[in-house]
Amino acid sequence: MSKEIWVWAEQRQGRLMPVSLELLGKGQELSRKLGGKVAAVLMGAEVRELAAELLEHGCEKVYVAEDPILSLYQSGPYGNLLAGYIEESKPEIVLWGATSVGGELAAWVAARLRTGLTAHCIDLYIDDIKGKPQLVQVVPGWGGNLALKIVCDTTPQMATVKPGVMAEAPRTKAQGEILPLAVEIKGGDFRAETIEIVEEELEERPLEEAKIVVAGGWGLNSLGSFELVGELAKVLGGAVGGTRPALDKGWITESSLIGQSGKTVSPDLFISLGASGAAQFTTGFEKAKVILAVEQNPQAPIFEIADIGIVGDLKSILPLLIQELKKGL
Amino acid sequence: MALNIVVCIKQVPDPEHFSKVSLDPVTKTISREGIPAIINPLDKNALEEGLRIKEKFSAKVAVITMGPPQARRALEEALAMGADEAFLLCDKAFAAADTLGTACALAPGIQKIGHFDLVLCGNETVDSGTGQVGPQIAQFLNIPYLTKVKEIAFDEERTLIVKRGLEQGYMRVRVKLPALLAVNKEINKPRLTTAFGIIAAAEKEIKAFDCRELGVDPNDVGISGSPTRVVETFQRVSQRRREVIYGSPEEAVKKTTERLKEFGALVQ
Ligand SMILES: Cc1cc2nc3c(=O)[nH]c(=O)nc-3n(C[C@H](O)[C@H](O)[C@H](O)COP(=O)(O)OP(=O)(O)OC[C@H]3O[C@@H](n4cnc5c(N)ncnc54)[C@H](O)[C@@H]3O)c2cc1C
Ligand SMILES: Cc1cc2nc3c(=O)[nH]c(=O)nc-3n(C[C@H](O)[C@H](O)[C@H](O)COP(=O)(O)OP(=O)(O)OC[C@H]3O[C@@H](n4cnc5c(N)ncnc54)[C@H](O)[C@@H]3O)c2cc1C
Repeated sequence: MSKEIWVWAEQRQGRLMPVSLELLGKGQELSRKLGGKVAAVLMGAEVRELAAELLEHGCEKVYVAEDPILSLYQSGPYGNLLAGYIEESKPEIVLWGATSVGGELAAWVAARLRTGLTAHCIDLYIDDIKGKPQLVQVVPGWGGNLALKIVCDTTPQMATVKPGVMAEAPRTKAQGEILPLAVEIKGGDFRAETIEIVEEELEERPLEEAKIVVAGGWGLNSLGSFELVGELAKVLGGAVGGTRPALDKGWITESSLIGQSGKTVSPDLFISLGASGAAQFTTGFEKAKVILAVEQNPQAPIFEIADIGIVGDLKSILPLLIQELKKGL
Repeated sequence: MALNIVVCIKQVPDPEHFSKVSLDPVTKTISREGIPAIINPLDKNALEEGLRIKEKFSAKVAVITMGPPQARRALEEALAMGADEAFLLCDKAFAAADTLGTACALAPGIQKIGHFDLVLCGNETVDSGTGQVGPQIAQFLNIPYLTKVKEIAFDEERTLIVKRGLEQGYMRVRVKLPALLAVNKEINKPRLTTAFGIIAAAEKEIKAFDCRELGVDPNDVGISGSPTRVVETFQRVSQRRREVIYGSPEEAVKKTTERLKEFGALVQ
């Protein structure tokens, strides 16, 4: 049997989560190096249309587990079924979206299969490790732009990736096949039973959609408030984000955290104010078209990844910048 | 209803000192020398939830950690917050574990404490933050689990109705005990330790177990029980322009605005 690379294609409320198509793009890239096919596993009540969507994005095989009982995410049956499918088909690699659901499901399945799982990867590629092609999983490390390469010695090799990190697989002519999977529910699978999913309107426009994002870090503390970050964003018609210390301070909400534990954004312009540039933060806006950073420490790693860097004190620079940009627009 | 609750807590370097944390280039593990250690913030929320359940019903709250001898400090603090019992899983064999190797020690540790109805964890840690340990413990214990928990309510005697966060909204889930729940920050505000708590904690004993006492095969835990392996650390190089502007604030701002216009970054 040829090697397969699997993508767990998550659907919620009958819609495919965008990260699934992003993983498919990466899966295709990996399969060109590793050989074999890229397959998606899709679970839900009626998901044929979603299966077609995956095929239209170049998926070669879509395994479909269809049953009304799987309409909502149910941790018990989803985990047991997936572990069973993986044991049976033995894919070489399984990729999971690091969504609120995908993260826990991947962890549980990894434990059940006694295999490794690398969380929140920022890059994935195939390389020869000790003469064997293996999945190299890159995660942010400590201190500036340091990153770690992680490999897994057991199969399948599994990784989770946050939404927005990889590029979506392009549309192409659908050529793959849809293969049904048996759905067998075991006793005890519903000890935790999802009753309903309640969707809430977001208070703010999603950060991912903004063309300009202005983010503040711990450095704002010396100004006594986060207010000017909001003002600059307003002048530019952009959205506000922040680093983890800004979240801990209560200046931003969880949905505005940028980085490994938060959002990944790719706006036309990203402005970083008073943030040192830890890898866990900068990974959240690597794909921005232009990056501007204001920071007082010339040694700060943020300058390594900025297009334009101002070394200076926010106290004097931020009000001037707001004034100047107000004029300029 | 008397419940036995176990709260998993991890000792982590204080995020306020993260700029001093470095990665040992040889062992590829975090070097935390001179950095104060705290209880992982969300684990305090987990403990707080356990203590609130205890205040409402009758319950016993145990805390457990896997870590080096100095992790005892985290357990002492948890006892001072109000935990009844504390357990330290400590052995050289547990060192350098990935999440699988960690869960492989914590699951038998929880069983060793005795009968349990509810296991509480933080959703993720601040120092590596995979969020994988909770679900993996649940798998090894063969109990249902939920992550991102923001509200717990008792439905019937051994059934909970749990609100679990999603990207946009939440999920309502009915869970039968015994179960494992990994909690978010929204669930509660952890109490502070009081002088009275510290005095009461001095009376409480911390029990330590090593690998042999847990009856765990050393090959299943620590570095030997960890399928993931760090092969290399490296500097990521960015292809950006990296133009750094010094000078008076006025000049710097002027030059910056010019550049932004040049790059077309201000067009909406
Ligand atoms: C597993 C893991 C996941 C993480 N996930 C994230 C994440 O998703 N997002 C995230 O942001 N962090 C994350 N972190 C934390 C990250 O490592 C850093 O600690 C954090 O990004 C630092 O935030 P900061 O730059 O605001 O603070 P600091 O590093 O303290 O930087 C503040 C900067 O402000 C500058 N400054 C101070 N005053 C002024 C002034 N008046 N004018 C100009 N500059 C000034 C200082 O020179 C300093 O460089 C994570 C860490 C781990 C271990
Ligand atoms: C930068 C970095 C990245 C890493 N990436 C990975 C990775 O991708 N995959 C991997 O398998 N390992 C990884 N590790 C190793 C991982 O940090 C360890 O396995 C660690 O023991 C537990 O993982 P965590 O901190 O992510 O826990 P999480 O899964 O985030 O912890 C969730 C909860 O589990 C409980 N818990 C966790 N650890 C303990 C403990 N020791 N004692 C008691 N309760 C505990 C706490 O309640 C905690 O809130 C990484 C380590 C580093 C430094």
